[in-house]
Amino acid sequence: MKKRLLAALMVCVLAALPLAGCQSGGEGSTGDEIVIGGLAPLTGSVSVYGIATNNGVQMAFDEINAAGGVLGKQIKYVYEDEKGDATEATNAYRKLVDRDKVVAIIGDVTSKPAAAVAQASVADNIPIVTATATALNVTEAGKNVFRVCFTDPEQGEIMANYAQKLGKKTAAVIYDTSDDYSKGLRDSFKATAAELGITVVADEGFAKGAVDFRPQLTNIKAKNPEVLFVPTYYEQAALIAVQAKEIGLSTQIVGADGWDGVIGKVDKSNLDAVNGAYYCSQYTAESTDERVQAFIKNYKEKFGEEPNQFSVLGYDAAYMMAEAIKNAGSTEKQAIIDALTVLEYNGLTGQMHFDENRNVVKEAIIIRIDNGAYKFVENFSKE
Amino acid sequence: MDFLVQIINGLGLGSIYALVALGYSMVYGIIQLINFAHGDIIMVGGYAVFVAMVQLGLPLWVAVILSIAVCTLLGVIIERLAYHRLLVKNAPRLSLLITAIGVSIFLQNLFQLGFSSSAQSMPVMFPSKVITLGSIQLSFSTVLNILTSVAMMILLVIIVNKSKMGKAMRATSEDAGAAKLMGINTNSTIAFTFAIGSALAAVGAVLYCNTFHQITPYMGGMLGLKAFVAAVLGGIGNIPGAMLGGYILGVAESLTIAAGGSQISDAVVFGILILVLLVKPAGLLGKNVQEKV
Repeated sequence: MKKRLLAALMVCVLAALPLAGCQSGGEGSTGDEIVIGGLAPLTGSVSVYGIATNNGVQMAFDEINAAGGVLGKQIKYVYEDEKGDATEATNAYRKLVDRDKVVAIIGDVTSKPAAAVAQASVADNIPIVTATATALNVTEAGKNVFRVCFTDPEQGEIMANYAQKLGKKTAAVIYDTSDDYSKGLRDSFKATAAELGITVVADEGFAKGAVDFRPQLTNIKAKNPEVLFVPTYYEQAALIAVQAKEIGLSTQIVGADGWDGVIGKVDKSNLDAVNGAYYCSQYTAESTDERVQAFIKNYKEKFGEEPNQFSVLGYDAAYMMAEAIKNAGSTEKQAIIDALTVLEYNGLTGQMHFDENRNVVKEAIIIRIDNGAYKFVENFSKE
Repeated sequence: MDFLVQIINGLGLGSIYALVALGYSMVYGIIQLINFAHGDIIMVGGYAVFVAMVQLGLPLWVAVILSIAVCTLLGVIIERLAYHRLLVKNAPRLSLLITAIGVSIFLQNLFQLGFSSSAQSMPVMFPSKVITLGSIQLSFSTVLNILTSVAMMILLVIIVNKSKMGKAMRATSEDAGAAKLMGINTNSTIAFTFAIGSALAAVGAVLYCNTFHQITPYMGGMLGLKAFVAAVLGGIGNIPGAMLGGYILGVAESLTIAAGGSQISDAVVFGILILVLLVKPAGLLGKNVQEKV
């Protein structure tokens, strides 16, 4: 009996071997394909972001392959689900590098795992482009990590500059004290406003999960600012805007990319609370760029849902990586990194290059909410 | 002037705590149960308003009546299904408490399943005008909250002190065994207490929707906890006490936030509770009842 069991086990193992071989079949760049790795949370609480980003990356590589690939080779995109966890992400990163022998990586999606992966990647000198991790420290890890989205502080700077453009002299801020994104935007908005001669007359914080903002808004109202900066995500932005209206605070509201989706969180009868608000973003479905419209159409056909800012950034990140490999003329790591450093690329989110800290330099898109709809206003860059 | 506005804002917020606290206080008064599912009844009331107004497009007054009906019914059903047998069997109070937590988690998950965990937005319910009194401006919802809560308290005091059912409630809460011997149907009295408490929670839910315009399946959690603190602060089992506790909590929270302490506002709220209980263990308006041996 025991023998038979052992035999059965052996058969299983033998049967599994070729499969296992198949899975790890990447030979890096030596074969007729170039293996590029991907890291994204495809399950778990932040999977919405991961799936959207990964879809964008996948779509870009499929298009590139259909058009003949890069350096005469097809790109093989191997991605791992890291569940939004820094430890899982580091393990997945090791798997991509050691087993799949990837030449470059697109990822990670959220800031904490992205920072962990960036830290781990320095020793391997693997070229990494993150599409969506906004925390400043991600690209500070090493000279091999690049980013195609705005950092948290950058959005604060952009909106302070835009407030100046709107001719505002006094500003107030209300932000989530427990959230890195919100706090990062508030800090840089205040610093930039001071440089530009805008007086920040009120700076109010709220705690995580708060629903009552009347005390803060009452304080702000007493200072009568010309502009109110609300660097929060859309659900809180909706609450704040409606309560501001209710206590009679009718100042110009500005936000950042966390505002995307705010209209869906305000009932029709309260839409006047958010009408007229400005926020910055990196993508708008309203764009007149025909490449953007083609992207939206193809994305909907392929994945059956509307693309969002994450999918667009993933798409741009993948194209930039392919472009860098093409410019480098090889899949040697340092050559790709050097090519990324000097890369000029015109993507769906605008004309881009990387600065000395390997963060992207591009124009922001300013969106205004008009009659309950997002309206593209202009491209805008600070200074 | 701002200070006054902040106090009135706090009273508006405190009114919602107070209405919820009344339910905690009444149920505790009669069966010594901390009904942790009470916060979630407000959540159900909120969703009832949402379904009626947004999904079915019914007018406001129908939505309010529907919400009160749903909550009242739910309160009685919960009492019958979850607590009644435990009470009849004289189960330890701990079993009741755990059951209440179970009901609370069940309701949260049920509504998360049905309506997803993301927030639903509520329409404007009452005219959202800004009320100007001299140099101070208040939102209409704040004033409405305060007026409604005071009206509800007066109504409740009349029911408890003047009606026959109120007399039965007071008797049951004093000594359930003796009340039974005197011919009082304690079972229906307990059910009635749950019904009234839940109906008040529904009124609280309507005010909540009108004040914050967003509901989530988890909104009952922290709200319920703070209302419970309000009930204990004022003296649990005491109706004006629950109201007073709610107002104190709301004002304390509002003033702490206004003074720039948004991170410690919850700490201040619970700190006040600890301080009051150290000085007056029965709560502000609670009576020290001597246990007869």
